This record gives sequence, structure tokens and C-alpha cells, in this order.
Amino acid sequence: MTLRIEKGRSYIGESVIRPQTTRLLAGRGVFTDDVTLPRMLHVAFVRSPHAHARIASIDSTGARALRGVVVAVTGEDMALVCSGWVGTLAHFQGMKSAMQRPLAIGKAWWQGEPVAAVVAESRAIAEDGVSRVRVEWDPLDAVTDPETALDPSTPVIHPELGDNLAFRLELASGDADRAFGEADTVLSETFTMGRHTGVTLEARAILADFDPSERRLTVYHSFQAPNMMQDILARHLNLPEHDVRVICKDVGGSFGIKVHVYPDEMATCALSVMLGRPIKFTADRLESFVSDIHAREHRVKAELAVKRDGTILGMRVDDLTGIGPYSVYPRTSAVEGNQTVRLTPGVYRFRDYAATLRVVFQNKTPMCQYRAVGHPIAFAVMEAMVDGAARKLGLDPVEMRRKNYVTADMYPHTSQTGYFFERLSHEEALDKLLEISDYRALCAERDRLRAQGIHRGLGLCTFIELTTPGPAFYGVGGARISSQDGCTIKLEPSGKLTCMTGVTEQGQGTDAMIAQVVASTVGVPMEDVRVLTGDTMVSPYGGGTWASRGAGIGGEAALQTGKAIRDSILKVAAAMLQCEPDDLDVRLGKIVDGPTGEVRLELADLGRVAYFRPDTLPKDFQSELTVTRHYVPRHQGFAFTNGIQLSHVEVDVETGFVRLLKHWCVEDCGRIINPRLVEEQLRGAIVQGIGAALYEHLVYDEHGQLLTGTMMDYLVPMAAEMPDIVVGHVETPTAFAEGGFKGAGEAGTAGAPGAVLNAVNDALAPFGARVTSQPITPDVVLKVLGVL
Amino acid sequence: MEAGIEISLTVNGVALSRRVEPRTSLVDFLRYELELTGSHVGCEHGVCGACTVRVGGAIARACLMLAVQADGAVVETIEGVAATGEVFDLQQAFAEENALQCGFCTPGMLLTAQDLLSRTPEAGPEEIREALSGNYCRCTGYHAMVEAIGKTSRARVKGRSA
Repeated sequence: MTLRIEKGRSYIGESVIRPQTTRLLAGRGVFTDDVTLPRMLHVAFVRSPHAHARIASIDSTGARALRGVVVAVTGEDMALVCSGWVGTLAHFQGMKSAMQRPLAIGKAWWQGEPVAAVVAESRAIAEDGVSRVRVEWDPLDAVTDPETALDPSTPVIHPELGDNLAFRLELASGDADRAFGEADTVLSETFTMGRHTGVTLEARAILADFDPSERRLTVYHSFQAPNMMQDILARHLNLPEHDVRVICKDVGGSFGIKVHVYPDEMATCALSVMLGRPIKFTADRLESFVSDIHAREHRVKAELAVKRDGTILGMRVDDLTGIGPYSVYPRTSAVEGNQTVRLTPGVYRFRDYAATLRVVFQNKTPMCQYRAVGHPIAFAVMEAMVDGAARKLGLDPVEMRRKNYVTADMYPHTSQTGYFFERLSHEEALDKLLEISDYRALCAERDRLRAQGIHRGLGLCTFIELTTPGPAFYGVGGARISSQDGCTIKLEPSGKLTCMTGVTEQGQGTDAMIAQVVASTVGVPMEDVRVLTGDTMVSPYGGGTWASRGAGIGGEAALQTGKAIRDSILKVAAAMLQCEPDDLDVRLGKIVDGPTGEVRLELADLGRVAYFRPDTLPKDFQSELTVTRHYVPRHQGFAFTNGIQLSHVEVDVETGFVRLLKHWCVEDCGRIINPRLVEEQLRGAIVQGIGAALYEHLVYDEHGQLLTGTMMDYLVPMAAEMPDIVVGHVETPTAFAEGGFKGAGEAGTAGAPGAVLNAVNDALAPFGARVTSQPITPDVVLKVLGVL
Repeated sequence: MEAGIEISLTVNGVALSRRVEPRTSLVDFLRYELELTGSHVGCEHGVCGACTVRVGGAIARACLMLAVQADGAVVETIEGVAATGEVFDLQQAFAEENALQCGFCTPGMLLTAQDLLSRTPEAGPEEIREALSGNYCRCTGYHAMVEAIGKTSRARVKGRSA
């Protein structure tokens, strides 16, 4: 009997289960701290208790005397092995920052900066050693408030830089002054956005293993960009690049926290080189709060020029952001502010826009890119201004948005600040959101309940998301961070596929997404594909996973590699079957006759012949069953996506508490590979945005001391307070890549804070009260209500 | 270490004895001494729930307990409950609903969910959210977990009445 397979199977668009969940659900994940090596030692750090202080002396005698302590090291010792770095990029003109080192020398510039390291047989003994290192501090005045950081009376944090200004940017599109001259009404507001951080549940961890016999360094790292780290370790430890191997095993959350160079991690690697032994560093939670990058401290002044009918004529924005004492290497701390001022007007069609950005140094933990870099601030400001203007003019917030959107007939479109939008779907997303949320009914219910003293509010936030960045992001500025990614697929003799990719997995479902693309493109069942990520020795070179680049770049690379190996497979099959490759197809893991679907060959038979009996093939035929292809976006700087969120809240006007009732999001990330994974990216990202909007706050006193440095003081969203989150999709594939994929990792965080802020303000509208800061804690609500 | 204190306990059905330093937490003992790395350390101050294990049948934060306090106790970790098949349906539901992303909180979540369902077999969404509110998840936003646990609850109740 002849077996026929008439049609192959595509997994694109299917919510298949992620293969690696089985392992994680059994407690068999391997996170960096789970790795133990022979001869391994542990390091703990002496961190500055002061925000700004001169180090008069460091005496490690007590630590060294402790049984089990191997060595205690200062910045001077370490400088002999590891060179310092400066976090600037050439395309941010005029940007400056100071030299940063693994262990500070001479001065400490923030509370938590490492100044000495103690290496011991166990972490506990290393910490005992830390407590016996005596540092004589000479405290200096701390610069904490960005508003006064540039005042002549404020101390200059790094005297060699001349002032506390890291970066300044002026943007002008059209003629903002004319727009304001023609406006019927002008809305002016000042937004104060608090610092927060990522709180990856697995803290940062690194295990460095330098083998002095071969002078090779192997690093296990909880990280998002292994090739970036390989390059940096090679250059700063003066090792040949190919003698540095970075392995990222399971990563317990990242969110942009684990994509930067941290002094304690560099110090750990340097110590391994110094001692010739494996050294492990796992941050504890208390040191995470003062040493993980912080995010989003902004003060934004915004002005909106509007016609009586709701037409937005123009906007002015002044963003001031404090980044701590250093711009973080190698991505810099200018990107957050740069994206904030560039993204702010992008949803809307008005052209007259002027923005000023000042990025200033201060003596707090360094600030840098965290999930949705700049977006949450940009859209909270923009959408609060739109709602504020609508309220002032007595217009419907939905219609005000509709009137001002960049509409379907305007694409391709270039934004006021130069961003290129191939095609976005604001109107379609809005319509879908109104439908799935039954928005008008919720408005009617809100109005009805107001009469009963129940204060509910609805808040919309339209957003765009920068995804799939090309080399314009970092490469052109001189950072050696790959914007291209490779994919390698190998046909095993058994007919199964092994796939290695440059994009990495931190829980998003990269493995599943890549397997879906490969299985669909080659024509095999998904269970026949194994995906390996995160090992610089074996993975093709790539950037890793950040900036929502996994599907847009890694997915397209996988698609192109899948096509290539399918061609290779068909060539072998044609040689075996003595026919033309074009006559054949691969379906469900079998070679079939194209027109009839008749099964001609099993992939396992093909593999057996190609690897073990190539003597049976024509003499001039060489099979190639391992194939690599690469992909970089070449036709646009970024693949922008869009969406809209709606938050429904109830505000208790007596206690100031905000209760989240429900949240909706409609987004458009192009062609969807796995709807459930996209939905879960959105939900998780929305909850992080909600955390920023309502709970999470790194509070400092005027001396630069962090007051919220434990999980008791720093609130992250918990299950009981979080709402159900409904997700809807619009699909506008990009035509610039064959797969049509764009990114989806940050859209949730981009829009959630604005939606919550607008919802709270909608609830407070009857009181004439308005919040313009986050987090919106109960005291903030009570203050605007005049109760406190 | 000579200065250690000898403890005897049962971990995942195996009776064992070890000498431990008095200051060693139960989770460090499980992770580094017994190499049961499925229990995770997220905060070491009893807030995040990643280190949740069962001690004497009740869930406990292994970062807030010293190993010496577990002398004589019956301790179960994710490796144990996964091996016996006790939480097989929960694991399945978590996979189907994608109720985990990075997987770091997952062992603690499974043990907490199992504890809830053993006490409240017909737990509704509110009770599930309340029960999980001592466990942090930074990836999922909790929605999928509530779905997965609810689904398991309904299937178990149905299975019992059938």
C-alpha cells in the first residue's frame, strides 16, 4: 500500500506547549547558581555604605586571617588584571561618562558600589571575611536630586568631566512655537516618575572558570547576551576572544536587567583569572537592590497645543533623567531618555514637536535599560496629556485619539522624530479593544456607580513599540553588540534536527518559537526538533534576546536556515531516488513525491545513507546536512509595532487605595508564531507596568541612602492584587522579512502605566483631582484629593 | 566541619544524616549539601516563596528555617513530589496554560498550589490568587497560573465524584 501525505503541517500561529517546561516543572532547571565545579570558590563584596565617599584606606588583614578565606582583593590589585570601561556611544553626540572599574579605586560613587572582594571556600565564609575588612571612609556630599544636579553650587561627581551632564539632546520637528500660537487651549503638566528596578526572581549570578594551563575562560552566566559578554571579557581581561566561552543556562528572569556589564561580575571573572580557580558570585537580594541597574527616574514637563475640536497641533517636552554616577557600559544610560523623547508623539499625526532631554549624573545606583526602555514614560505622558486635554475640552477620549492617530492611509510614515513606520494599525486596534472590553457599557456603569459614591475609572493608553533593532541601535555607536543572528540546523543520522541559534531563552519561549519555525519550514514534526541556545562555543554568533528581537531576528534566521536545510535534504533525497529535487517535498518528516504526496523515503534512511553509506551515492555528490544562515534587518532601522491598553480601576477615596478590576490589551506584533506565548509576554509585561504605576519605588533619602532595599519595603505585584488580563490581536506582518514576524516582549510594559494613570484620573475626575506621578500609592491619591 | 551539629532527617523518602553548621539555612542545606537544586533562593528573607518546601506535610519557607531545625523532620522538595507523581496533573496544567516562563518560581508555586488544593479542593479564582500571594512571579502576571490551578481543581473534583 502506498502512503500519501498530501499536505505538510505548519506550526506558525499555533499555541504549542513549550518543550522546556517539563524540565522546569520537575525542578530540573539548571540556573547558574545550581552549577558546581571542582576547586570552586565563592566571592562576596565589600560595598560602599555611603553614596559618595573617599576611601582613605582598606585593611583586609582581619579577613585574610580567617580560616577558609583564600584572598581579599582591592581595586588596585584588580586593575592589573582587568581594565576599566567608559559607557558612551559615538552616535550620542557629546555624551560623556567616567571610567568605571570592577572595584572602585580611591572613591565610591554610590551606596552599594563594590570596593573590595573576599574569596573563600564558601559564600558564608566570604561574607564573614567581608565583615572583617576595615575601610576608612571620608564621606562626601551626595548629589541626589536631578533638578539641582547641574547647578553651579552642586558638587561635580567626576571632576574630570567638568559637570554632571552626561548627555543633552534637542529635537525639533516643524514649528512648535507656531502650533502653540494657533492653539485654542494649552495643557501643561509636570510628571514625576519614580525609580524602580527589574527584581528578577533569580538574582544576578556568574560562575567564572579560568584554566591557567590553557589560559581559557569559561563563564556560566545568568545573562541575555552571551556573545556581547564574550567580547567584553576578552577585551577587558586581555584574552583572545576564542579563548572565552560564555554559557547561559536557565535564566531566572532578565527583563533587561541581565544585559549590562556589572562591576561585581567583571570582578568575579578577574578573580578567576588571578587565582586559576572557578569563582562563583550570586547576588543576594539585599545587594541586588543596590547593584542591579535601576530604571526610569524621570521628571517630564509636557505642554500640548490643542484646537477646540480636539485636534492636536503641537507638543513640547522637557525630560530630565538621573542615571547614577556612571552611564552603564556598553549600551549607555542615554538610551532611556533618548527613546522617551523620540517615542512620545509617535502615535499621533501632528508634526510640530520640540523636545529637550538632559541626562544627569547623581550618587545613586546606576540606571540603564529595563524592559520597554523609555516607552512607559513616553506613553504615560502622551496619553495623560491626551486625556487631560479631552477632559478640559469636554471631548470623548476615544474620539480625541481617533481624530489624531496616524491613520491607515498614511503608511509608510515617518514620525516627528524620524522613526519609520512601515504599517501600524491604531484604528483597528482601538476598534477591537472597544469591542472586547465592551467599553461603552463600562463607561455607563462607571457613571451609574458614581452616583452611589463608588469611584471607578477607565484609562486608555495607545502605544508603539520599538522591536527588531538593526545596527543603528548600538553597532553604529561603536558597541560590539551583534544586531544579526545566526541559526545552524543539523540533520542527525536518525532524521531528527538539532538547531542552534544566537537568540537566547529567559522564559519567553524562544526555544518553542524557534522549533515551531524550523519544523514548519523544513517539514518535520515539532518533536523532531531540538533547540540549543546560549553557548558561545557552539551557537552561531548573535545578539541574544533583548529589545524584542527574538522572533523578528532569530525567527527569521531560523526560517531562512530551515529553507536552506530543506533544500540540502532534498538534494540528498534526489540523489538517492535518482530524480530532481524539485519533484520532491518534505512533509511530516518524510520525503514525498511533490505532486502526489506519495511517501518515497524516511528521513532516518536519508540520514543513514548520507552519513554511513555515502558510497552508494554518485561519486561527484557531497551531502551538506549542517547548514547555517544569518539574518539582520536591513530595510528599516526597527520594526515598530503598536497596540492599545485599557485599565479599569476602582479608587477608594477614603483610603487612597487603587483596586484593579480588569485590564485589556490589543496589540499587533506582526505575524504571530505562538499566540499563547505572545499573550503571556503581554500579561507578564503588563503586570510589570502595573508594578511601576502603583507599587514599585526605590526611595532614597537626601544623602543617597536607599530606603526600600528589601522585598518588605519594595513592593512588587502579587497574585491577589492583579486583575485578569484580556488580550486581543491584530496581525500586520512586516513585508521586509519573509516570516513577517516582529517583536512582542515589551508592549505590555510600554502601555500599562499610562492606562492605569488615566484610569485613576478618570475615577478622580469628579473631585477635580489629578495625579501626575508614579507610583500612585495611597498617599499620592489622598494628597491630590486634598485629604493629606 | 568538626564544629557542625549532626542532624538526621528524611528528605524525599530517604533517611539521611549530616553534620551541618548551625547557621546553615534549610534551603542552603538542600541545595548545596544534598544537591537538590530545585528549591530556589529568591530573597532569603521569607518574602518571595521560591524556596517553598514541605516540612512534616506543611509548606514552609526553607530560607527562614535552619537545617538544624529540620532534625527529625520529614522534608519534601519539588524533586520528591515530581518523582512520586503527586503533582503530575498540576505540572501538566501549568505546561498547557504556559503558567511558567523562566521557571524560577515554579517549584514553590507548585508546592503552594498543591497545598491549597489539598485544603480547599474547589478553590475559586479569588482563593487561588490569595493562596499564591506569598509567592512572587515576575514573568507571568499570575493570570495563567490562576487558570492552571483552577483547571486542576475542577479536574480533580470531577475525578473524585466520577
